[in-house]
Amino acid sequence: MAMLYTVNKSPLERNALESCLRHATVGTAILLIEDGVYGAMAQTAFTPALEQALQKLHIYALKPDIEARGIQDKILPGIALVDYGGFVDLVAQHSPVMAWL
Amino acid sequence: MATKKKIMIVNRKAPHGTIYAFESLEMALITAAFDQDVTLAFLDDGVYQLVKNQDTRPIETKNFTRAYRALPDYEIEKIYVERESLNARGLTPADLAVAVEVLDADTLAQRIMQQDVVFSA
Amino acid sequence: MKFTVLVNEGPYTHQASDTAFHFTKAALEKGHHVLRVFFYHDGVLNATALSVPPRDDRDVVKRWSTLAQQYQLDLVACIAAAERRGILDSEDAKRHGLEMDNLAPRFRISGLGQLVEAAIQADRVVVFGD
Repeated sequence: MAMLYTVNKSPLERNALESCLRHATVGTAILLIEDGVYGAMAQTAFTPALEQALQKLHIYALKPDIEARGIQDKILPGIALVDYGGFVDLVAQHSPVMAWL
Repeated sequence: MATKKKIMIVNRKAPHGTIYAFESLEMALITAAFDQDVTLAFLDDGVYQLVKNQDTRPIETKNFTRAYRALPDYEIEKIYVERESLNARGLTPADLAVAVEVLDADTLAQRIMQQDVVFSA
Repeated sequence: MKFTVLVNEGPYTHQASDTAFHFTKAALEKGHHVLRVFFYHDGVLNATALSVPPRDDRDVVKRWSTLAQQYQLDLVACIAAAERRGILDSEDAKRHGLEMDNLAPRFRISGLGQLVEAAIQADRVVVFGD
């Protein structure tokens, strides 16, 4: 079964997402939550790294956190948005689940 | 318990500045008491937790880092440290207070994937 | 499916407790079984009965208590982490010769073993922290 990583930090402040991507094997799912959703934005300094990651990983972002931060129109295409129920489904479909804090 | 679970405790934070390293170590020791298949992984700033010669007397906090040396006594034998994290910090295994297995990031990722439970703080 | 949830941060300063709450609620509403929500590190501060947020904001502590009542949810704060940070049930308070206790309704205080036990029994463990 593929694993699920959650990341809750902006990639421009901490290295959690960068480190997470370095430890993501092909097919791993990554869910960006809380400040981690800033990592889902297009046209940031981190966007090229994310575009590259999208080639081999499934990347999701938590929609309530995107809306709370006002970045709903700036999300990179290819990133799937989920609500809290979708978060639960991702956890049920993957194992293990690890939080990159 | 019928089958042992593979439980990994991931340490990515430096000691002393925050309490996460100390309380994660307590979690590791308790987890080991449950006779499960326990692994400790140290990467990113978490590798600083294992540096030898830590002396907390000048900051008047408890020097919990001595307990890392006792991990084998708790039958925690799988202690992984990530090579890239050591290199980025100018450290080698000789700088650490405990005997560890140094793994590259790809191998560590494989080990994470094999777990049933991954705790992090 | 059986879930165990670990909350590593207190209310308000970090979003972790909010996210953990919404996740737990969604899991329960989908019919999953949440074996235990365990509070560790500053997460034990979610269990204070003395939190009084302004009326126009969410009440994080009460929200956990209410969810626990609704779903018979087991909310457990780590005893070592809780005593260190001033969260005590009546028994702990008595043991330490203190005259007051402050554990919020529907929470209980117990050892870290309760986290490990719940992790062993669960199909999935999800960690919320900072």
